[in-house]
Amino acid sequence: MPSFPEAAKSATGDSQLRHNLRKATHTIRAKRDGAVGELDDWSQLRAAGAAIKDRTLRHLDTYLERLEDAVTAAGGRVHWAADAAEANDIVTGLVRATGESDVVKVKSMATQEIELNEALAQAGITAYETDLAELIVQLSDDLPSHILVPAIHRNRAEIREIFRDQMAAWGVPAPERLSDDPRALAEAARVHLRERFMRTKVAVSGANFAVADSGTMVVLESEGNGRMCLTLPQTLISVVGIEKIVPSWSDLEVFLQLLPRSSTGERMNPYTSTWTGVTPGDGPQEFHLVLLDNGRSDVLADTVGRQALRCIRCSACLNICPVYERTGGHAYGSVYPGPIGAILTPQLQGTASEPEASLPYASSLCGACYEVCPVAIDIPEVLVHLREEVAGGSGHTAEKAAMGAAGWVFGGERRLGAAQRAASAARSLVPRRMPGPASAWTDTRDIPDIPEESFRSWWRREGAAEEAPEPGRAPGDGDEQEGGRR
Amino acid sequence: MRIALFVTCVNDTLYPGTGRAVVRLLRRLGHDVVFPESQTCCGQMHYNTGYRREAQKLAVRFVETFADADAVLAPSGSCAAMVRDNYPRLGEPGSRLDRAVSELAPRVYDLSELLVDVLGVTDVGAYFPHTVAYHPTCHGLRLLKLGDRPYRLLRNVAGIDLRELEGAAECCGFGGTFAVKNADVSAAMGADKARNAAATGAEVLCAVDNSCLMHIGGTLERQRAGMKTLHLAEILASTEQEPARV
Amino acid sequence: MSGSRERILGRVRAALADVPPGEAPEDVLVPRDYSSAHDRGETIALLVDRLEDYKALVHRTPAGESAEVVARALAGRGVRRVAAPDDAPEDWFAECDTDVARAGGLDPAGLDGVDGVVTGCAAAIAETGTIVLDAGFAQGRRALTLIPDYHLCVVRADQIVTGVPQALPRLDPGRPLTWISGPSATSDIELDRVEGVHGPRTLEVVIVE
Repeated sequence: MPSFPEAAKSATGDSQLRHNLRKATHTIRAKRDGAVGELDDWSQLRAAGAAIKDRTLRHLDTYLERLEDAVTAAGGRVHWAADAAEANDIVTGLVRATGESDVVKVKSMATQEIELNEALAQAGITAYETDLAELIVQLSDDLPSHILVPAIHRNRAEIREIFRDQMAAWGVPAPERLSDDPRALAEAARVHLRERFMRTKVAVSGANFAVADSGTMVVLESEGNGRMCLTLPQTLISVVGIEKIVPSWSDLEVFLQLLPRSSTGERMNPYTSTWTGVTPGDGPQEFHLVLLDNGRSDVLADTVGRQALRCIRCSACLNICPVYERTGGHAYGSVYPGPIGAILTPQLQGTASEPEASLPYASSLCGACYEVCPVAIDIPEVLVHLREEVAGGSGHTAEKAAMGAAGWVFGGERRLGAAQRAASAARSLVPRRMPGPASAWTDTRDIPDIPEESFRSWWRREGAAEEAPEPGRAPGDGDEQEGGRR
Repeated sequence: MRIALFVTCVNDTLYPGTGRAVVRLLRRLGHDVVFPESQTCCGQMHYNTGYRREAQKLAVRFVETFADADAVLAPSGSCAAMVRDNYPRLGEPGSRLDRAVSELAPRVYDLSELLVDVLGVTDVGAYFPHTVAYHPTCHGLRLLKLGDRPYRLLRNVAGIDLRELEGAAECCGFGGTFAVKNADVSAAMGADKARNAAATGAEVLCAVDNSCLMHIGGTLERQRAGMKTLHLAEILASTEQEPARV
Repeated sequence: MSGSRERILGRVRAALADVPPGEAPEDVLVPRDYSSAHDRGETIALLVDRLEDYKALVHRTPAGESAEVVARALAGRGVRRVAAPDDAPEDWFAECDTDVARAGGLDPAGLDGVDGVVTGCAAAIAETGTIVLDAGFAQGRRALTLIPDYHLCVVRADQIVTGVPQALPRLDPGRPLTWISGPSATSDIELDRVEGVHGPRTLEVVIVE
C-alpha cells in the first residue's frame, strides 16, 4: 500500500474522480445541513449521544456480558472473536454447518474490515453483496471508497457500464438498452437480486446498534436489501464490533435521530429493522451474533483515542472533509476512509508501517469533521495525539531535526532576532522555485518576499518610541466608537 | 487600555506590516501597546505536527512572557486558538503550566474579538476604498467562533465594497506542515479557494491569519490572478491620511 | 471459542484501568435535555406532510369511510389480488372487489405473485414520517410487507405519536420491528435519492380518524 501522500497524488490528478466526489459530497452536505437544521435541540442530542457512548465504553465489559445474556435468552447464539481470523473461522464454520455454499450480505463495515468475503471464497462459499453500492463495487472488482456510499467515486455512466458488462457473470443479466437514469439502474439491481433473495438460505449482516438490556440488533438501511437478508433466509449471522453496544432500548431515541440526519441527510432512513434472537414463524430461525474485538480493545486502552469508538459510521465527516473531497476513499488504503478512518485505522492496526503512519497527517486540522460529528468525536485532537505517536517513533529524522532547530531558534528571542536578520540579509538570493523538500511548497505557490526588517527590529527602532495620541484615555468604556472616528 | 501584543513568529518574520498596522490601529483608538520582547512562537507548528515537548517549552515561555498582561492580542486566529484551545491540553492537570494557562488563556484574543468584545468598538474609523472578500479561516470560524465580528468591523470601513466568498467556510488547505507533507492535496484545496476568491472579482482577499493568506496568496500570485491578500489589521488601520497600499 | 470470550473481556477490563473501581455505568451522566418532541403543529397534518415528502401516497378519512378509501386506492392502482394478514379486519375490504389472499397460506414465492399487501401498524411517528410494524395485530410476519411491490398501510389516529422518543416506549423490543419511512430508496448513485429498489416501490397510507 502506498502512503497517503503518494496515493493522493494520483487521486488529485484524476479529474473524473474529482468531479464525481465534488458533486456527491456537495449534494449530501446540503441535505445533511437541512435535516440537522430542522432540530433545534441538535447540540443536546449530540451531547447525549456522546455521553451514552462514553457510558457504554467505560463499562464495556458489563454491557458485553449483559448483551450476551439477553441474546442467548432470546434464542440467539453468541460467539466471541478476538481477531479477524477467528471471526472468519467462526462465520465459515457456521455457514458450512448449514450445508449451503451461497450467502447474501447486508452492507457491513465489520465484515469488510475482517475481509470475510475473501475468507468465505477460500472455503468455497460465495458471498453476494446486496446493497446497491456494494453490488457495484463487487461487480467491478473494485474497492469501497466511502463508509455509507462505497461507490461514491463512480458516476451513473460508469455504473451503467459495470452493470452491462458484469451482471450476467453473477446472475440475472442487465436489461438490454439499460440507460444511466438512476431509476433504471436501481430497477436493474432489483431484478438482478430478487431471485437471489428468494432462494438463499444464509445471510450475513452487521448491526448499527446492539441493545445490551434487550439483546436487540438494529440495522438501518434504505433499499430493502437489508430487510430481504434479515427476513427471508433460515440462518442469520451478524458480525458486530464490541463498540456497537448501546445500554438500553430507550437510548435509541437519541441515535435514531442522530444517525439518519447525519448520514443520508434524511429525517429517517426508509427502513430500520430490529430483532431480538429468533421469532418463531417470522424470519430466520437460527441467529448467531459474532462479537468482534480485532483491535478495538487496544483503542479502548488509549484514553485520548478511545472516543473514536463512539463512531456510529454515519460518514458525515467524510462528506464534509476537504481532504476526502479531493482524494476519495481509496487514498486512505483502508476500509475506513476519511477523517474517522485517519484516526481509526492507525489505532486498530498500529502506526508501525505505511500507510497507517501517514494517515494522522492526512488532515489540515480544519475541524469541520468535529463540528459535524453527531457523537462529538474530537477528530483533530486524536489526529494530533497520533502524530505524537508517529513522531515519537523511529524515522522522520529530517523532520525531527527541523523541528528541533525551529524549537532552538524559538527558544530565545535573541536567536530568533539573529535568524530574522540573516534571512533579511539573504532576501534577494531566495529563488522563486526552490529545490529539495521546499519544492513541495514552491511547485504550486509563490513564497512571500522576506521583508527588509522584522517587526521586532522595527519595534526596537521606532515602535516602542511612538506614543499613543492620548495615552491617558480610559480604556474599554464603550466610547471607543467615537474615539475611533476621530 | 494597555494591550500586550503577541505578534506571532510568522508576522514578526514575514509580515511585519501586520504588526505595525495593529500598533497604529490600537494607538489611533487611544490604547497603549506593549511588545514583550521575550516572545517568540506559540508552538502551534510543533504541537500540530506531533512534537509536544517542543510545544510545551514554547507554551511555558508564552505564559511567562505574558503573565502580567491585561489583554494579549494575537493577530492570528490560529495562534490565538493554539493558546486558548490547545495549551490547556499541554500541561498535566494541576501543574504549574496548567494553572498558568487557565489563568492567562481567557485574556488572549484575536484582533476582532479584542476590538468588538473587549474594546467595544465596531467602527474603527478606517477608510479603504476597495473591493474586499473575507475568508473566515478554520480556526477563526470553528475554534475561536469569531462569527460575524470581522464582518461587522469590515462593514463599518468607509469606502469598502464587501463581496461574498463562495465556500467561505471551507479550509484553504494550508494547515501548517500539511502544506508540505500533503502538498498535492493542499495545492488542490488552495486552487479551489483561490478560484472562489478570484470569482468574487474583489481586489483584496482579507483574513485574520497571515498563514492562510500566505498559502492562498502564494497560489493567486503563481496564477497571476491579480488579487492581493491583506490581514484584517491592515484594512482597519488604513485611513484617508495613511491608506493601506493595494 | 470460550477462551476468546475470557480473552476479550480480560483485554477490555485491562483497557479500562483508568475507570475508578467504584464507578457504576449510571455514574457516567447522560444529559437528557434534548426535546422529547419538536412542536410543529397538528400531529396528523405533520405525519401527512412528512410521508408525502418521502413520496408516499396519503389519505385521511373518517372511520366510517375507510373501506371506501381502501377500495378506491386498490382499484386506482389496478390491484387484482392483494395479500393481507390473517387477522386483518374483514371490513377493510368490505367495499372492494379485489381478491384478498390471507397471508398465512403464502410462501415468499406466493407473496411475489400478488399485486400488493394491506396491513395495519403498531405506531406512526409524525416528525419523521415513519410507520412501525411489530408483526402484531393486522400486520403479519415481516416478509408480507417486503416482497409485494405495493404496500397499503392503515394507520389509526390513536397510533400516531409526535417524535421518536414517544414511539419507543410503545414498542416491545422483543418483537421483530420494521420501521418504514416512505418507499424503498437509494442514494447510492451520486448521493441523489431515488425511490424504489428492493422493498415495495409504492407506499400508500390511509389515516383513519
